Amino acid sequence: MFSLEQLKKSLLVSLWFAFLTFPLLVIKVDPIQRTVLWRWENMVLVAIGSFLVSLLVRVFNQHQERRRERRAAGGIAEREPLIQVILREPKYLYPLSAAVLLCSLIFPHLVSTYQTNILITALMYVMLGLGLNIVVGLAGLLDLGYVAFYAVGAYSYALLNYHFDVGFWMALPIGALLAAMFGVLLGFPVLRLRGDYLAIVTLGFGEIIRLILENWNEFSQGPSGISNIPRPGFFGVELSLESAILYLYYIMIAMVIFTIFVVNRLQDSRIGRAWVALREDEIACQAMGIDKRKTKLTAFALGATWAGMVGVIFAAKTTFINPASFTFLESAIILCIVVLGGMGSIFGVIVGALVLILLPEYLRALSDYRMLAFGAVLVTMMIFRPQGVVANIRRSYQFRANPDGEGQ
Amino acid sequence: MEYFIELFFSGLTRGAIYALIALGYTMVYGIIGLINFAHGEIYMIGAFTSFVVATVLSIYGFPLLSIILLAGLAAAVWSASYGYTVEKIAYRPLRHAPRLSALISAIGMSIFLQNYVLLAQSPDFQPFPELIPDFEFMEPFAHVVGSSDVVILLTTALVMVGLTLLIKFSRLGKAMRATAQDRTMAMLVGIDVNKIISMTFIIGSSLAAIGGMLIASHIGQINFFIGFIAGIKAFTAAVLGGIGSIPGAVLGGFVLGLTESFATGYVSSDYEDVFAFSLLVLILIFKPAGLLGREAAEKV
Repeated sequence: MFSLEQLKKSLLVSLWFAFLTFPLLVIKVDPIQRTVLWRWENMVLVAIGSFLVSLLVRVFNQHQERRRERRAAGGIAEREPLIQVILREPKYLYPLSAAVLLCSLIFPHLVSTYQTNILITALMYVMLGLGLNIVVGLAGLLDLGYVAFYAVGAYSYALLNYHFDVGFWMALPIGALLAAMFGVLLGFPVLRLRGDYLAIVTLGFGEIIRLILENWNEFSQGPSGISNIPRPGFFGVELSLESAILYLYYIMIAMVIFTIFVVNRLQDSRIGRAWVALREDEIACQAMGIDKRKTKLTAFALGATWAGMVGVIFAAKTTFINPASFTFLESAIILCIVVLGGMGSIFGVIVGALVLILLPEYLRALSDYRMLAFGAVLVTMMIFRPQGVVANIRRSYQFRANPDGEGQ
Repeated sequence: MEYFIELFFSGLTRGAIYALIALGYTMVYGIIGLINFAHGEIYMIGAFTSFVVATVLSIYGFPLLSIILLAGLAAAVWSASYGYTVEKIAYRPLRHAPRLSALISAIGMSIFLQNYVLLAQSPDFQPFPELIPDFEFMEPFAHVVGSSDVVILLTTALVMVGLTLLIKFSRLGKAMRATAQDRTMAMLVGIDVNKIISMTFIIGSSLAAIGGMLIASHIGQINFFIGFIAGIKAFTAAVLGGIGSIPGAVLGGFVLGLTESFATGYVSSDYEDVFAFSLLVLILIFKPAGLLGREAAEKV
């Protein structure tokens, strides 16, 4: 299975990593008590871990190589993954979606309020992921300041309610609209920028919004935030805490279904196709007569709309917001959801959100390592499976090989 | 007037550090056309390594000069090793992948390294030992410019002269310039492009590490998050000067440092970071090629 050569290479890798982690992972100083703690066990762990990972990667690469060779030799045809078949065939897809919907409808009656709350959070991230998916997955614009629109939504509900007593249902469209406006506002200056500049500018934009919220005390009440934001009202009836959460849960379910529906329709629409074309090749796309400016702006605006709506819901759910909820980390988590699930794939993003939000919730022991794992996930996915867990396969014509072997 | 001079020197010091970090961005961008998002983290790792080494040595009672030299050396060595490893793991496999993939991988690496230091060391601010003593001959000027400002400016100047000489006259520098101009052509004339790219990461990372150590001892405290903001600002400096251009990065660093210093001094210190970000957005709108950059037409 492993040749001696491979073992030797992996050993070298593990030695290198042991060296690499030496000062930071081994030595722990306390500058005030002036003591030094030597943690050699960490070095041993890193050495063993990197040795195993390196071997694993080697085996994986070998395996891939062999598969590629066999496929090149015409041995086996590419088998379509089960998940793609299910997603494509309505006769599987519809009953399955109905079952999932039914489960999610009765779910909160089986578990505690605490669990329902976690699930609401997960559903919020599903929506955020689907929104960002429009910008990153479909239009191919790497937006690292997505959380800014989320903040705009949350603050617009909080402030409108604080000053003018605007209710949740009024604030929802207003928040969405304001976020979309901010999307266009950001979109205008960055239209001309290429992918990597765009990433940094959006990152800067996200930080600017957060810093303004933090420092402009008269406007946003600064770092102490805004409290006593009302939960969504139910035709003027006062709800108890439990039923309010239940109500919010159903709102979220409805919103997620609405989002899936809209995004799905958008994907196949004229503008959706323009986004994908823009992602694949900007110049060719312009040559085909697509207005680059308009297409990019709509992507920004529509992506931001969802973030704005989730922002309003977030404010209503927690009843308290402050700028600390809207850091770059949040943008990174949402990006991670989209990347893990599969850029451009609706089902993938849903899976990604549920996995990345629920897993750390239930594996509390691992929650310290959450962000470490997110970073690692981003790198690993890009190297080994850039299309994500559930790839987005676009409908395309396929030429089947003739029985006599001509044409492919 | 005194206030002005004070702000001027503090701006220069900031600018020097931004320039040191920006050099790493600009060199990497010049060669592989990728924004090395993890570069700010490499800088932070340099600062942390020197913090750990310097504190250990001072606890064991080493003389100050040897502490400075050893901590600086350790910071440069380990930062360079991290930079090299990051390139090898996260960027090399993606060299022919779409830009977006490499960029996401870089962001992942940045988040990973940040949290690695957070878990390995501490989430709190750590007091950094004072490495640069107050010189006696600086006494008369101490109210406008500190000794550490002078040390930082001199070190930066020295490093930059060294780097310029390296790139202009050495074999390695020539190979780096060739690779930046045309990678395929460089390969054809017998340059080991992978090695050159690795060397670029190593040089850029050690520069960032030196910057990290200097600024940490100047400010007196560090934590795992310093790389994030410093990284974005240094990137701003690189873009300001024209990304890919080495003198541009230095110029951009100083312009940004001075702008920030005067803006916080005369306008408001609450919005310190907003100035840098706004400057970045403004340059990208009005002069995307930067001050010294060349406008490059995109080839189809």
